[in-house]
Order: sequence, then C-alpha cells, then structure tokens
Amino acid sequence: MPVEIEAIRPLADTAFTLDLAPAVGEDAARRVHTATSVLNAAIAEGQLPGVTEVAAAFRSVTVHHDPLLSDRATVLKTVLALLERTEPVASLTGTLWSLPVCHDGDFAPDLEDVATRTGLRPDQVIERHLAPVYSVYCIGFLPGFPFMGDIDASLRLPRRTSPRTRVPAGSVSIALGMTAIYPWESPGGWHLLGRCPVPLFDSTRAAPALLSAGDRVRFRAVGREDYDRFAAAAAAGTLDLTQFRQAGDTP
Amino acid sequence: MSRSLQIVSPGALSLIQDGGAIRSRALGVPVAGCLDRTALILTNALLGNPETVAVIEVRLTCPTLRASGGPVRIALSGTLCGHILAADDPENRREVRPWTAFTLSDGETLKLAAPERGGVGVIAVDGGVAVPEVLGSRSTQIKAGFGGFNGRPLQAGDALPLLPLTEELPRQSLSLPEGFDLGDGPIRVVAGPQEEYFTAEAYQTLTSTPFTVSREADRMGFRLEGTPLKHDPAKGSDIISDGIAPGAMQVPGSGLPIILMADAQTTGGYPKIATVISADLPRLANRVPGDSITFTLVTVEEAERAARALRTRLDAAIATIAPERRPGEIDLDALYSTNLVDGMVDMRLADHFPGHLYDE
Repeated sequence: MPVEIEAIRPLADTAFTLDLAPAVGEDAARRVHTATSVLNAAIAEGQLPGVTEVAAAFRSVTVHHDPLLSDRATVLKTVLALLERTEPVASLTGTLWSLPVCHDGDFAPDLEDVATRTGLRPDQVIERHLAPVYSVYCIGFLPGFPFMGDIDASLRLPRRTSPRTRVPAGSVSIALGMTAIYPWESPGGWHLLGRCPVPLFDSTRAAPALLSAGDRVRFRAVGREDYDRFAAAAAAGTLDLTQFRQAGDTP
Repeated sequence: MSRSLQIVSPGALSLIQDGGAIRSRALGVPVAGCLDRTALILTNALLGNPETVAVIEVRLTCPTLRASGGPVRIALSGTLCGHILAADDPENRREVRPWTAFTLSDGETLKLAAPERGGVGVIAVDGGVAVPEVLGSRSTQIKAGFGGFNGRPLQAGDALPLLPLTEELPRQSLSLPEGFDLGDGPIRVVAGPQEEYFTAEAYQTLTSTPFTVSREADRMGFRLEGTPLKHDPAKGSDIISDGIAPGAMQVPGSGLPIILMADAQTTGGYPKIATVISADLPRLANRVPGDSITFTLVTVEEAERAARALRTRLDAAIATIAPERRPGEIDLDALYSTNLVDGMVDMRLADHFPGHLYDE
C-alpha cells in the first residue's frame, strides 16, 4: 500500500499540506517520515523545481514552493506521483539517541504533582518515562523543539492550567501523551520531570537541530555529577555529541 | 579601518532581514525575512545588489546612521525620507527622498523621519549588510536570538559590517521616478487549509465585513478585531498541529483571526480559515493598528497569476531606475539628448572637459 493522501490543503500560492494519517502516533510518524525522505530526495535530484522545502508535522507534510518558479498543479502532480509509488517504511530509520536526563529536585519541579495526579509514586513516574524508545514526530514550536511519543498511557495529562512564563532550557517534559525537551528558555505549559544537558539547538553547528523528525530517543537517568560534567562540556563547546548516538541498535 | 555603518540611535525596532531562511522549517526555525518583499527587491535594485541581500528593516521609528571607514551607498524604500548631515558642518544638510539611492561620505550622518504611516521601512546598503550567514540567511531570528546582527534588534553603538569596496561608489543619486504603488482594495485570500472547520456563515463574514488591525500586530502575527468567525460546532477550534506559511489566518476559539507573519512558529494547532496570497503580503505588512482590512476569496490559480503580475510590475519599475531629478531642477540629460544646448558645460562633472578642470 502506498503512502495514502487523506486530504490536500492549500496554503494560498506558496505551500500546501498533505494529510497522511488520521491521528498522531507511530503509524503517522512512519508515513510522514517516508514522505519527507522521498520528497527531499526528489528535491535534491532536481525533480521538484521551485520546491524549497518539505516540512514534517505530526500526521502531515507541508510542501513549500515558489509560485514564480513552479505552479501548484505541476508540483502537486509530481508529488502525488512520487508518493503513489512509495511504501511507508516499516519502522523509523532516523538516528537512535540515548540522552541523559537528571531528575534532581530543582530540575523536576512537577514530578510530585504528576505523581499525585496519576496516582503513582515519583520513582514510578520516572521509571515509566524512561521505559519507551520514543519517536520524534516533528520539530516545531521553537527551533529544535522535538515532539516525541508516545508516553505510557498512565502518564497522559493535559498541559498545566497555568503555563510557566519561564521554562529553563533543557527541561524534559510531558503533556498531551507526548514528551519533549525545551531547547531554549521559553514560556511553556508542559510538566517538567527532569533536565537534559545536551544542547538541542546550536545555530553554529553544521546541523543546528540535534534531533530530526523520524529519529528515535531513549532517555537514561544520570546523577547530578554526570549532568554537571556534560553541561560544563557543552558550555565550553567541547561536548562530543556522537557519544549520545547509538550505533547498530534497532527499535 | 574597515568600512561600517554606525548605529548612532537604533529606532524602535530595526532588524537585519533578507529573503528569509527558506529551508529551515524542518528544524522548527521560522522563515523570518523582510516583511515587505517588494521594498527589499526595489531598494536592492536601486543599489545594483542581488535582490534579496540583507537590509535594515525598520518599523515605527528610524535609526540614525553614520558612515565610518569609507563612503556607504544607501537606498531608501518608499516610506522613508530624511536628510544627510555633513561630518564637519552640521548646518550643511542634504535632503534625501523616498525610493532613492545616494552616497553617504565617510563621517556623514543620515537622519530619517519615522516611516510614513508607521508601516515597514527598508534601508538597503551597497553589497548588503555583511553579517554572518546562519542557516542560509542573514535574517534576525528574534525569539531564538541568532542571525542578523548578534541575533537581536540594532542598538546604539553597533557597527554594521559592510563588504569591502571593489570600485568607487557613484556620487550621483538614483531614483524610481514613479515610486511603487502596492495598490489598495481587499486583501486576497485562498480558502483553507482547514476549510471544513468553518461554517458558510464564517466565510460570508470574512468576505463581507471589515476587520481592524489590533494593537497586537508584530512580525509574528497580526491579530484582527471584528465579527467573530464561527467554527463548525461539530469540529471545534483545535486541530492536530500542521504546517504554516506566512499569510495563514488561524482562528482560535474566540473567532478573532490572527494572520501569521514572517516570524510565526513553523506549526500551529488552530484551524486556518484562509491564507493571504503571496502578492498581497507586502500590502498587508504595511497595515498598522487601527487600519481597516477587507478580504476577498480567490483561487490558487488567481493567486499564482497575481504573483506573476506583481513580479512583472516590479521588473517594470526596476527598468525605470534613473538619475534622481529633484522638483524644479533642470533635466540636463534631456537637454543634452535633444541637443538643444550645444556648447553647454556641466560644471558639476569633473570629467566633462578632460584636462580643463584638472591637470592630467
């Protein structure tokens, strides 16, 4: 079965969105990942003249193009033909990461609250958050901000009723059935369970965003000493990011 | 000393912007870029620059600038005017007008009035502002704090880097004699991407009643006031977040639309009733709080035709760029070309009589 198109949604003359799945989840992530890979390869090979970028969302991709270099009918026809002969990948093929997270008290201001609201002990909340290998569904909200899922059903909570005006950079958080890491200090309404010392976005790196849609992420708990060591290396610009990539692992 | 443009005073919100980071949405990075693409292209054309190199985009009030380490050639968009103060003689003022390019000598200061009606103003410099490129763009990413000049609005004391001069700058001023009119009439939109989230009545409201630009109008988005646009009650006002392009008009639960502009985040979770066509984004960007806006629906094909028509008008305007003629000034070129003035000498041009004014 090819990548099916559930809806074609115009954004005036410069972009259109293709819905590829009915809901957020692993299945949608595989289809989006497949479509993004196929279309980006086609752009690189010059098959989609005028198309500037394909951006992934949870269950859709948005194709951006220059109306002076391409017209909608032609771009759409080529894109649909490419997707029609593409099978969705069986599993995400992006990089598998193992990212450290420190759950020290001041890094996890919502741990007690999440435990109370889910009827779990704090150590159970941490354990259930560490258990899955998460899929990066998309990057959005802020540069480098990864929406990842799915979290354990027992940890599903809506956003906080009063968002924080300042969520510290590196905060590992949950809400809406997903988990995320804040790349920057920003306002935010997610529940904070820990802190990751690996910088998620650095505009001076060749690849500024650490994570891409289609990557997979496993969290591993570290103590404050390890956290401080990584954070100091990151601040000094000497943190080797390859140590967080897991080679040869399968999901 | 290398050539730079000194920021004597910064203006309310002066930002380095270019054509935008058009390939960075997958990283969650807003496209950014100059809000008025027509002004970006035309000011750069006045300088002979590539058309989307980095400029200073201003809103509300203007910076005061000083050439340092050498002359700087500058072009102003149609909303800007002001005067040049000589370095050693502040009483010696030269007026500068909209849609002109002129040369600021080393040490001279350019003082500009606020952009007309508070819209977008563009100040271009020869070669483009030479800040480092990040993610293929020199645009300022205000929220993330990178790109542009140190990732932030300009401040007093900043020195904007310029490219080294490869040839002498011309002294003659150039202008777009007819200016460039963005036009008026309703802002054209294409229905969707979430057409099914809205009632027929909502589209009727959108296209038949005026909306007002609220005070919350910035580079991220313009909030509008007016008759609320009704969601289909069966659908509600939340969607699974999807992609955004500049001009997308999202409608939260209140029913009051927000038109997303260049600095909008890359994905959004409110249904979008319509999207402003690319040809009308510069016109929209120049609207200010309190302005009234009406909308009309067009098809994607009509939007594409409008994009091409705007480009044709830009090219036609660029073809008219000519030495600036001030009101009441004798048009020497016209006199010479019609040969009415045999024997007349233009004493302003040193090379008019080689060997006459200078011993060679």
